[in-house]
Amino acid sequence: MQKREIWKGSEAIAEAAIRAGCRCFFGYPITPQNEIPEYMSRMLPQAGGVFVQAESELAAINMVYGAAASGVRAMTSSSSPGISLKQEGISYLVGAQLPAVIVNVMRGGPGLGSIQPSQGDYYQATRGGGNGDYRTVTLAPATLQEAVDLMQDAFDIADTYRNPVMVLADGLIGQMMEPIVWQDRPGRSLPPKTWAAEGRRGRTHNNFVTSLYIGAEECEEHNLELNRKYAAMEANECRWEELMTEDAQLILVAFGTPARVAETAMRNLRQEGWNVGLLRPITLWPFPTARIRELAGKSHVKAFLDVEMNLGQMLDDVNLAVNGQRPVHFYGRCGGAVPHVSEVEQAAQKVLEEVQ
Amino acid sequence: MTVIYQKTKGLQDTPLHYCPGCGHGIVHKLIGEVLEELGLLDTTVGICPVGCAVFAGSYFSCDCIEAAHGRAPAVATGVKRTHPDQCVFTYQGDGDLASIGTAEIVHAAMRGEKITTIFINNAIYGMTGGQMAPTTLVGQRATTAPLGRDPAQAGWPIRMAEMLSTLEGLVYAERVCVVDIPRLNKAKKAIKRAFELQMAGKGFTFVEVLSPCPTNWGMEPLEANQWLMEHMAAYYPLGVVKDTGGVTG
Ligand SMILES: Cc1ncc(C[n+]2csc(CCOP(=O)(O)OP(=O)(O)O)c2C)c(N)n1
Ligand code: SF4
Repeated sequence: MQKREIWKGSEAIAEAAIRAGCRCFFGYPITPQNEIPEYMSRMLPQAGGVFVQAESELAAINMVYGAAASGVRAMTSSSSPGISLKQEGISYLVGAQLPAVIVNVMRGGPGLGSIQPSQGDYYQATRGGGNGDYRTVTLAPATLQEAVDLMQDAFDIADTYRNPVMVLADGLIGQMMEPIVWQDRPGRSLPPKTWAAEGRRGRTHNNFVTSLYIGAEECEEHNLELNRKYAAMEANECRWEELMTEDAQLILVAFGTPARVAETAMRNLRQEGWNVGLLRPITLWPFPTARIRELAGKSHVKAFLDVEMNLGQMLDDVNLAVNGQRPVHFYGRCGGAVPHVSEVEQAAQKVLEEVQ
Repeated sequence: MTVIYQKTKGLQDTPLHYCPGCGHGIVHKLIGEVLEELGLLDTTVGICPVGCAVFAGSYFSCDCIEAAHGRAPAVATGVKRTHPDQCVFTYQGDGDLASIGTAEIVHAAMRGEKITTIFINNAIYGMTGGQMAPTTLVGQRATTAPLGRDPAQAGWPIRMAEMLSTLEGLVYAERVCVVDIPRLNKAKKAIKRAFELQMAGKGFTFVEVLSPCPTNWGMEPLEANQWLMEHMAAYYPLGVVKDTGGVTG
């Protein structure tokens, strides 16, 4: 049997990044993810990498931009208010077609908010967040095992499309301890970084990494090229997990920690004889729209209940997917509060009674 | 036939877009010449600003990265830390470096990043059409200071070379200008020393160039050079501000 080890979420994410070949980390302290920069400052130099504590999140993401532009696997992490500051850099990474991984261990907002777990940054992560018309693949782990497994994928997806990837974890994922198994995840075969500005070293042309396309037509063409990449990401990278949806009358939809709460609620309700299923998006963008739409069309499915740690953000995507075919209900806690199993059960039971 | 003068290999053949009498093009040439003379063109990454020099990456004959407004020193940090063997420089205007990017330049200097910053101080926002810069002189007119900069409202112009020189990580800072041949030669020497100290791994090096912007100053090029010497050089003294001989701390 493979060895199980107990790890703290933030440290496990950092270690997974190093194992995935991350060779530089730039960050600025913010709770609840300080263990990531702390771990990186300790371990990354030993792995032959570079750690710099930046003067701000703005500087950190621009250091990532520089390292990525020169062809190195780069990463930063932060929590909600810090991620807001990184939006400038994320937009520039997309515009200049640079791969990088950004981890957001979300806390309550808006503003300084709270330091407890939240999912209030769903819109920011899935709608672009910075200026311009863009997307970033957004991975949402629900367990520490999944968090560490997704880190390898995050770097590979970023390199495949030359686009930043966001790992969107809530504060619970960052702070809790759980057993994990370090699995050797085969990396993807990736295109060489012939575009990197790392010094010409004998190359006959200059590499110039930029997001500037000054003419309207050339900027439009650039956007259309980016759009082709988003289409490829939508076609190839969408992931979700489904439990007991085959006969479900009610499908719970949740990501991250609330998905675990929802799963327990689902199992309890099943024991009481209710046909409940769960769909857990793993990629929040691309969103499993087609699958949810398909489920909404099944005769046994009567309703959906979306559960989040916010006031209903993924709810928009669920509604777009269901497209009015079935009622979509919502239960959420916000500001740092975590939904309790009994609360989700109650909300689910109410919907189930309505649809009988 | 002997070649007396030829264009530096440090610049590409692209025609520069700068206005007549602008300092940017001259400084580009000096940087190109220095990189060529030091044999660094194959091992340099230049970080370009947002400002009139936003196209600099299409002019320098080396790899370049276009940074967000003011963030060039952070971008340079990301490159240099992961490629310590490369020569890395930032090229920044006064809005870029002394306003929106103040934190980034101060902290790059504080950390003693082994990079070189060429700071083009033209006392105005060129690209956006002549708004007040942090370096705009008291009384100098700008589109957002139509009656001239009023210290009661906008404070006093910032002397970046002096301010950064208080930081131990900075080993060399000099202020130069390019209004005539002797001063241009001096400017080139300063740029060369900055790059040499960087390549010797000494620390952060900084060259501030007082640079004319005839277009937004509303002057003829020659008049702009005269105004620069009379007014700018009076407030921003030319010469070496700090040279530790490469010793930090
Ligand atoms: C975040 C952001 N804010 C504002 C701008 C608009 N902008 C472009 S260049 C510039 C100022 C340029 O002035 P300076 O740095 O002095 O360079 P110069 O054009 O004089 O060479 C500004 C404010 C921008 N591009 N990005
Ligand atoms: S506007 Fe000023 S700084 Fe910009 S190119 Fe013209 S002269 Fe140079």
